[in-house]
Amino acid sequence: MSDTQTIESLVKQPYKYGFKTNVEYDYFPKGLNEDIVNMISDIKEDPDFMREFRLKAYRHWTTMRDPLWANIKYPRINYDKIQFYSAPKKKPRLDSLDEVDPEILETYEKLGIPLSEQKMLAGVAVDAVFDSVSVATTFKEKLAEAGVVFCSISEAIKNYPDLVKKYMGSVVPYNDNFFAAMNSAVFSDGSFVYVPKGVVSPMELSTYFRINNEESGQFERTLIIAEEDSYVSYLEGCTAPMFSSNQLHAAVVELIALDRAQIKYSTVQNWYSGDEKGVGGIYNFVTKRGLCKGDYSKISWTQVETGSAITWKYPSVIMKGDHSIGEFYSVAVTNDKMEADTGTKMIHLGKNTNSTIISKGIAAGNSQNSYRGLVKISPKAANSRNYSVCDSMLIGDRCGAHTFPYLEAGNNTSSVEHEATTSKIGEDQIFYLQQRGLDEEDAVSLIINGFCKEVFKELPMEFAVEAIKLLGIKLEGSVG
Amino acid sequence: MLTIKNLHAEVEGNEILKGINLEIKAGEVHAIMGPNGSGKSTLAKIIAGHPSYEVTQGEIIYEGEDLIEMEPDERARKGVFMAFQYPVEIPGVSNSMLMREAYNEIQKEKGLDPLDPLEFEDYIIDKLNLVEMDQKLLDRNVNVGFSGGEKKRNEILQMAVLKPKLALLDETDSGLDIDALRIVSEGINKLNTKDNAVMLVTHYQRILNYITPDFVHVLVNGRIHKSGGKELALELEKHGYEWVTANTEVNGEAK
Repeated sequence: MSDTQTIESLVKQPYKYGFKTNVEYDYFPKGLNEDIVNMISDIKEDPDFMREFRLKAYRHWTTMRDPLWANIKYPRINYDKIQFYSAPKKKPRLDSLDEVDPEILETYEKLGIPLSEQKMLAGVAVDAVFDSVSVATTFKEKLAEAGVVFCSISEAIKNYPDLVKKYMGSVVPYNDNFFAAMNSAVFSDGSFVYVPKGVVSPMELSTYFRINNEESGQFERTLIIAEEDSYVSYLEGCTAPMFSSNQLHAAVVELIALDRAQIKYSTVQNWYSGDEKGVGGIYNFVTKRGLCKGDYSKISWTQVETGSAITWKYPSVIMKGDHSIGEFYSVAVTNDKMEADTGTKMIHLGKNTNSTIISKGIAAGNSQNSYRGLVKISPKAANSRNYSVCDSMLIGDRCGAHTFPYLEAGNNTSSVEHEATTSKIGEDQIFYLQQRGLDEEDAVSLIINGFCKEVFKELPMEFAVEAIKLLGIKLEGSVG
Repeated sequence: MLTIKNLHAEVEGNEILKGINLEIKAGEVHAIMGPNGSGKSTLAKIIAGHPSYEVTQGEIIYEGEDLIEMEPDERARKGVFMAFQYPVEIPGVSNSMLMREAYNEIQKEKGLDPLDPLEFEDYIIDKLNLVEMDQKLLDRNVNVGFSGGEKKRNEILQMAVLKPKLALLDETDSGLDIDALRIVSEGINKLNTKDNAVMLVTHYQRILNYITPDFVHVLVNGRIHKSGGKELALELEKHGYEWVTANTEVNGEAK
């Protein structure tokens, strides 16, 4: 077997998390119209402002078209055939984990993401989202002591309507783009975090998302607000079971950092990406944006994207406050027929703002992996700086890596630096490592982990280990 | 330790080795010399198992086992080491991490416990002195930004760490200045014991001023045309490679 063939056989490991949990679902009609939006509002018992927000978004959505500019190809989505809301039928009481549907808990166990004592001992509060309704929230009390609010967005709408009203849609407006408008109309649940002035969150906040109902879309909405001088680190990880029909996911995440606040948002995404022939897999259209509203604030995105048939995702930072900082660290892995068009937007509005982009794309199989990034320095953002690195690695000769950087420097006191490389995983590198006694699989994994190191080191320790595991599953057997 | 019989090998249909016979015993140092394109580096790579070359005839027996059937990593774990002519860069992987991984693979093969990072650090410090290398190079990424001389020294450092039975040194002397050549050669000499063997592939005689070979073989156009003791290298230096082919054109091979 030639080296290329061997590498390809290594990357063709079957999806390990492809199982389906049997939970019954309430009937909910397919398609999207005003009645559907109202039904969702009824189910969620929305206050008026929320219902109006949804309807306004829906009405705007009907005037919009799917964005077609990205370097991805997929059949047009028939929105009439999508079920825009689903929830587990048995809604467990939230008093303790023992009361959670054992099958749901088992699902998490299978994923190696135990919603259990170990996790809590590790100091991670888990707000588990199973399909659209939160089923368990832990560590709430401890967070409450510190004054940190970490709950589902549904609870936040009920309990903190003023905060939601003030901030929801302030970073990603309801009419921002096609998928954001859709999400604004039909979002079912998601997470809400509020960190008060001067508070450092006593633990890393972690949410695991999961799509489980065939033919159902999942529309998460996350809102994180960090008040002056606060700090929070938020972890998001997702997997999905194996299905043959495509599933749509359109999430919106909004982050707001006030003066001197810092938000660190980390994602490890391993949704089902379809089979070798490109059948099935998640369509992932996400709008993630952070606003550095205050001076000296900082927002940092770290993402490890290993799944989904289609990825359309550009976590961005608007640096409005002077001296604010935006960061984007990304590893995107594509294999088989996956297509990813992902990157970031760094919008410099304040003076002395600073952004960093480190993007690592790995393409294998017949996949297409594109980086798309905008760095915009406005005329008023004097003395601002951006530094971008976009590296691509190709495995085999049937995949593609593309880089689309857009740079706009609006003044002459700022600087923008962009570096890009494309490399093939070399036979010589593999032979060198094999000659040192590592088998081919370990050699490949060592090279890939080396390639992604700058990104992995930005992840919280425990997440970094998971990320390396996910890359292992995606690109070889196990990573040492 | 190593017996090569009638070895023929090709790359992309071109025959490069045309019937090599060679016997290397424990404790011996063999120098393989020859002009550019003679196949001497190919010989080292084939023993190490480089995937670009195809063995079409003959056999390579190492410690009683057929090497041709083994993956390169299996050969490495059994004690075959190659110091590369062009050491490869591995971005993002620290030098010490690679060496520890490699060392522990061999420990595993021997049924011994792997060393943890702290134990390994203690182990490797001694080895650094051998090639007069700065400890800082351990934290740098494998060969990334290394000078030519540092890369070659790094290869010998790895040899010192992995303690191979059979070391294949592929033009380790090329591109070295006189001081680096001395350091590298002295390192190799210190690693040479009665239990291991060295096959030194070189274009020039100058490294043999530091490392005394037991045997010198002259490889031209895929065949060993002449073999002899260390004095053969000096004769070559005097007369050039054409002198060898002129004397052996009828028989084709020596030995």
